[in-house]
Amino acid sequence: MKEKQQKKQIHKRNRALLFRFLKGSKALYLVSILSAGFTALADMAEPQVIRMAIDNALGGIEAHYAKPVMAVVDALGGFAYLGRHIWIMAAAILIIALLRVFSQYTFRVSNTMASETLVKTMRDQLFSHIERLPYAWHMKNHTGDIIQRCTSDVDTLRNFVSEQLTSVFRIVVLVVLTLSFMLAMNLRLTLISFLPMPVIIGYSLVFHRKVGEGFLACDENEGKLSDMVQENLTGMRVVRAFAAERREKDRFEAQNAYYTGLWVKLAKVLSLYWSSQDVLSGVQGLLVVVFGASFCIRGEMTSGEYVAFLAYNTMLIWPVRMLGRMITEMSKAGVSIGRIAEIMEAPEETDSPGAFEPPLDGDICFEHVSFAYENGPEILHDVSFTMKAGSTLGIIAGTGMGKSTLMLLLDRMMDLPEENGRITIGGVDIRQIKSAWLRKNIGFVMQEPFLFSRTIAENIAIASPSAGQDEVRSASRAACLDEAVSAFSKGYDTFVGERGVTLSGGQKQRAAIARTLLSHTPIMIFDDSLSAVDTETDAKIRAELESRFGTASIILISHRITTLSRADQILVLDNGRISQQGTHEELIHQKGVYRDIYEIQSGLREEAV
Amino acid sequence: MEEKQPTVHLRFFGIDRMLPFLSRYKKELLLMVLLALAGTVTDVCVPVLQRYALNHFIALKTLDTLPVFILLYLGSFVFAGVMNYISCTLATEIEVWLDRDMRNKAFEHLQTLSFSYFNQNSVGYIHARVMSDTAKLGTLFSWSLIEGVWHGAYLVGAVAVMLVINLKLALLMLLILPVVALLFSFFQKRMIKVNRQVREINSRITGNFNEGITGARTIKSLVIEEKIEEDFRKDTAAIRKKSVGSARLRGLFAATTAFASSLALAILLWRGGVIAESDIGTFSLFMSYAQGLMEPLRWLVDVISDLITGQVNIERYTRLLSTQSDVRDTEEVISRYGDSFSPIRENWEPVRGDIELQDVSFRYPDGEETVLEHFSLKIPFGTNLAIVGQTGAGKSSLANLICRFYEPTSGRVLIDGRDARERSQLWLHSAIGCVLQTPHLFSGTVRDNLLYGNPNATEAQIQQAIRMVSAEGVIARLEKGLDTDVGEGGDLLSTGEKQLISFARAILADPKILILDEATASVDTITEQKIQSAIEAVIQNRTSVVIAHRLSTIRNADWILVVENGKICEQGTHTELMAKRGVYYRYYIRQYEDEATGAVLNG
Repeated sequence: MKEKQQKKQIHKRNRALLFRFLKGSKALYLVSILSAGFTALADMAEPQVIRMAIDNALGGIEAHYAKPVMAVVDALGGFAYLGRHIWIMAAAILIIALLRVFSQYTFRVSNTMASETLVKTMRDQLFSHIERLPYAWHMKNHTGDIIQRCTSDVDTLRNFVSEQLTSVFRIVVLVVLTLSFMLAMNLRLTLISFLPMPVIIGYSLVFHRKVGEGFLACDENEGKLSDMVQENLTGMRVVRAFAAERREKDRFEAQNAYYTGLWVKLAKVLSLYWSSQDVLSGVQGLLVVVFGASFCIRGEMTSGEYVAFLAYNTMLIWPVRMLGRMITEMSKAGVSIGRIAEIMEAPEETDSPGAFEPPLDGDICFEHVSFAYENGPEILHDVSFTMKAGSTLGIIAGTGMGKSTLMLLLDRMMDLPEENGRITIGGVDIRQIKSAWLRKNIGFVMQEPFLFSRTIAENIAIASPSAGQDEVRSASRAACLDEAVSAFSKGYDTFVGERGVTLSGGQKQRAAIARTLLSHTPIMIFDDSLSAVDTETDAKIRAELESRFGTASIILISHRITTLSRADQILVLDNGRISQQGTHEELIHQKGVYRDIYEIQSGLREEAV
Repeated sequence: MEEKQPTVHLRFFGIDRMLPFLSRYKKELLLMVLLALAGTVTDVCVPVLQRYALNHFIALKTLDTLPVFILLYLGSFVFAGVMNYISCTLATEIEVWLDRDMRNKAFEHLQTLSFSYFNQNSVGYIHARVMSDTAKLGTLFSWSLIEGVWHGAYLVGAVAVMLVINLKLALLMLLILPVVALLFSFFQKRMIKVNRQVREINSRITGNFNEGITGARTIKSLVIEEKIEEDFRKDTAAIRKKSVGSARLRGLFAATTAFASSLALAILLWRGGVIAESDIGTFSLFMSYAQGLMEPLRWLVDVISDLITGQVNIERYTRLLSTQSDVRDTEEVISRYGDSFSPIRENWEPVRGDIELQDVSFRYPDGEETVLEHFSLKIPFGTNLAIVGQTGAGKSSLANLICRFYEPTSGRVLIDGRDARERSQLWLHSAIGCVLQTPHLFSGTVRDNLLYGNPNATEAQIQQAIRMVSAEGVIARLEKGLDTDVGEGGDLLSTGEKQLISFARAILADPKILILDEATASVDTITEQKIQSAIEAVIQNRTSVVIAHRLSTIRNADWILVVENGKICEQGTHTELMAKRGVYYRYYIRQYEDEATGAVLNG
C-alpha cells in the first residue's frame, strides 16, 4: 500500500516536472496536434473521392452523401457532369493532396519546434540548476553519473517528446477516423477488419517488452567490448611490456564472439517477429479482401466502397503495428525523467534572508570555527585568528590537515553551521553576506586549477568581461605567463586543450593566477597554487603581488618557507588545530614544526648530504 | 568532440577494399539477396491478387475459385514470411559477423603498432575506428544492401507489372519518378550536412555539461554562473535551430513523397478513370502501385547516400589496417622466433639481462629535437639504474629504447651482447616487467590482474608476491579477497592499493629487466612506507631502470642519469654527483626539502 502511494507520488513529481519544461511550447504542441488531426482527415478524403469517381461519377450509382458533400458536388455540376469531366475529380485529389501536404509539413515542423523548445528548456534549466547547487552536492555526486543523466537521459526524453508523444496521438486519431469512415461504409466489414487488431497490438506489446531484455544484454556487452578496447589502448605499455598481445587478442576475441552470439540469437527472435507480423497483417488483409468481395457480390457494398475500404485498411495496418513499440519506448522515458527529477529536486544554494553586500575590505576573523563534512570526522577544531585588512597571511600544514577546508569555509563553498563558530569580514558574519558578492570579492587560486575549453585570453578574462587586451597581457605578465604564451604559434588565441598544445601544470597555475589578478579582488587566496612553478618564478610572482596589491588581503598556503616568510602572520595547522602562530622571525625562534622546516629548507641540516 | 567528416571518393565506392571481409560470407550474402528478391515477389503480387478479386469475384459475381484464391493469397504471405525470416536473420548475422571480423582484425593489428602511432593518435580517435567505423560498415553491407534489394526489386517488379497490364497508363504515371528521385537526392544532400551540424553542436553541449559539472567549484568561485549559462544557452539555441532545419527537410521529403503519390493517383483518375467502369481490378491495381511506389524510391535514395557517406568509414578503417609499425621484426627473426601472437619459444635463448647502449642517437619519429646524441652506457645484469629530473624532461626515452618501444635513430641497443633487432620484440618483452606511475589495472578480478604477466603462476607464488609487497592488508579488506572485481581500470581500489597490486604483478612475472616509473602522487604515510619496501623487494635480482622521485630509491641506485630539457646532462653515482654540485645536487636538495617538509608536517 505504502509502496503504491510512493509510486504515485513519483509519477506525480515526474509529470509536474514535464509540465514545467513544457512551458513555452504548449501552443506549438497544440498546433502540431491540430495539424496532425487535419492530416489524418485529408488522408481519409482521398479514397472517398476515388470511391465517388468509381461509384457515382463513372458507375452512375445514385449518391447518398452528407448534405455539405452533395452541395459541393452540385456546385461542380453534379456527378453526371463530373463523370464526363473526370479531370475535375483528379484536380480535386490534387487539391486535397496539397492541403494534406501542407498540414503534414506544418505538423512536422511545429512538432519539432515544440519538442526542441522543450528540450532546450530542459537542458537550460538543468544546467542552471546544476550550477546553482551547493558545492557539497557536487562533492557527493559522481561526475560521470550526473553527466550521463544530462546527456543520455535527456536524449531519451528528447526522443519521447519529439517522436512518441505526438505519434501516439497521431496513431489514435488515424485509427479513430479510419474506423468511423469504415463504419459509415460497412459495419460488418469494419468489424472483420478490426478483429485481428488486438492480436497484432498485443503481440507487439508482449514482444517488445520481452525483447527489451535482449537489447539490454547486447548493449551491456557492447559496452564491455568497447571498454576492452579503451583499456587496451590506454594500457598499451603494460600490454607490451608483459608480452600479453596474444592474451589481449584472445580475451577480446572471446568477448567479441560472445557479443556476436547474443546478437545472432536476438536476430532470430526479431526476424521471427517481423515476419510473423507480416503474415498476420497478410491474413488481416485477406479477410478484408475475401469478405469485402462476397459483400460486393451480395450487393451489400459497391465496388467503389470496396476499393476505398482496401485503401483505408492499408493506411491502418502500419500505425497499428507501431503502437506496441511506441508504448514500450514510452516506459523508458518514465525512468529517464525520474533520474532528471532527482537532480532538479536537490535544493539550490540560497542566501539567508536579509543578506546584503557590505564592503569586504575589513579584517578577516575566524572565531572558534569547528567543522566536519557530512558523516565525517571533525576536520577543524576551534580555530580562531584575526587577519588585519591589507595584510598577508601564510598557512602551512600537511596533507589533509584542514587548510583547504578553512578556505572553502571562507569562500562559503561549504556552509559553517550556526553552532560551529563564525567567520567575519569587517565585523560582518559571512553568513549575512550574499554568497555571489562574497565570492566576487575573493580571488581564489586552487592547487589544481580548472581552465575552460576556450582560448587562453578568454580564460584569463573570463571573470572580467570588460578587460581589454592590454589588461589581459599585463595580468599575464605579472603571473609570469606571457613569455610561455607568446611562444605558442597562436599566442593568446591558443585554445586550451587543443590537440598538440597542452599547458603544463605550472602554466595552468599561472593562467589561473592571471585570471585572479585581473579581477582585482580585495581578498586573494593562493591555495598551494605555486607548487608546480619553480622557485624563481615563484619569487617573481610574489614580488609582483606585493607591488601591485598593497591594499589587498592575501592568504598564501604553501610548504615553502621562502613563500611564507614575508607574510605578516603565519599559521601552522596541525590536525585541524592552530599549533603555532606568529611572524617568520618569531616562529624561527620557537621550537616547533616551523623551525624544523625552516632548517630543512635553508640547508641548515647536514643529513641531506 | 566529433571529428569533421570529410567527403571521400573512392574507386568502386571503396567496396574492393572490403572484399577480404565480404568474401568470407559470399554464400550468405548471395542467399540473403536471393531470398530478399523472392520475398519481394509477394509484395508486388498482392495488388495483382486484389485485381483478380475485383475482376473475377465482384465483376462476375461468383465465388467459385475462392478456395484456390485463399490458398494462393495465404500461401504467398507465408512464403514471403519464410523468405523474410531467413533473409532478415541472415542480414543481422552478416552485420554482426562483419563487425566481429573487422574488430578482431583491427584489434590484432593495434597490438603490433608501435608507440609512435599511439602518441600521434588519441585514444578516442583509435577507439572510434575500432568500434564505430566497423559498426557503420557492418550495417552498410547487410541492412543497406538488403533494403536496396527490397526496394529496388519492388520498384522494378511493380513497374514491370504496370507496363504489362497497361503500357500507356503506366508510362504516363512513371513520368513522375525521375523528377521525384532528383528532388530526393537534392534533399538528401542537405540532410547529411544539417545532421552533421546537429551532431557537432550536440557534442559541444555534452562538453559544456562536462565543463559545467567538473568546473562547478571554479565557476562558483569566479561567480561566472551567468556568463557560462549564457554561453550554454547559445548552443542549445543553435541546436534547436538546426534541428528545426532538419525537420523542415524531413518534412519536405515526406511532402514530396505524399504529393507524388497523389499526383500519380490524379493522373490515374484523369487518364485511366474510364477503365474503372470496365476493369475495376486494373484500376485498383494501379491505385495500389501509385501509392506504393514513392516510399521505396525514397529508401533507395537513402541507401545510395549511405553508400556515399560510407566511403569515409571504409577509408579510415582500411587506413588503420595499412598503417605499418615503425618497430618491426625482420622476416628472418620472425621465422626463427615467431611473431607477437605465435611465438616459437623453443628457439628463444634465455635472457640474462645485460643491456648496453652503443653510440645511440635518438629522436622521436614525430619530434624535432634529438633526445640522445652518441650516447653509450653499459648496464650489466643486476644494475639498478635511476633516471632523475624535472617532470616532463623526457626521462622515459631511455626506458622506451631499452624496451624497444622505439628504435634508436642511429647506434645500437644490445641485449645480452646482441643487437635487440636480432631477436623478436616478444622475446625481449617476455623478459621485461613494467610498473607505471599511474598503475594501469585491467577490469577483472585481483587475481586476473596478478596473473597478467604470468598466467601459470601457482597459488603459493601469488601469496608470496603479495607478501613481498605487503599487500595482504589490501586483499584482506576486499570482500571476496583475490576474486574481487577491481572495476573498470581498477577504479574500486585506491591509487596506493593499485600501485601495490601492480608491484605484485611485476614480481609474479619475474622479469629479468624491470622498468619502474615511480609515482609522485601523495599517498598516506603508511601506504608510502609499504610502497617503499615494495620497490626494494621488486628490484632485487634484476636489471632495473627506475624513473625515480624518492630519495631512498635514488640514493640506493648503482648509477644515476640526470635529465634536463630532454637531454642527459650528468651521470654517475650518488656520491660523485653530489660532489659535483651541479644539476643533480640542486635537484636532490630540493627533493630532500620537499620530502623532509612533508615528513615533518604529516607527523
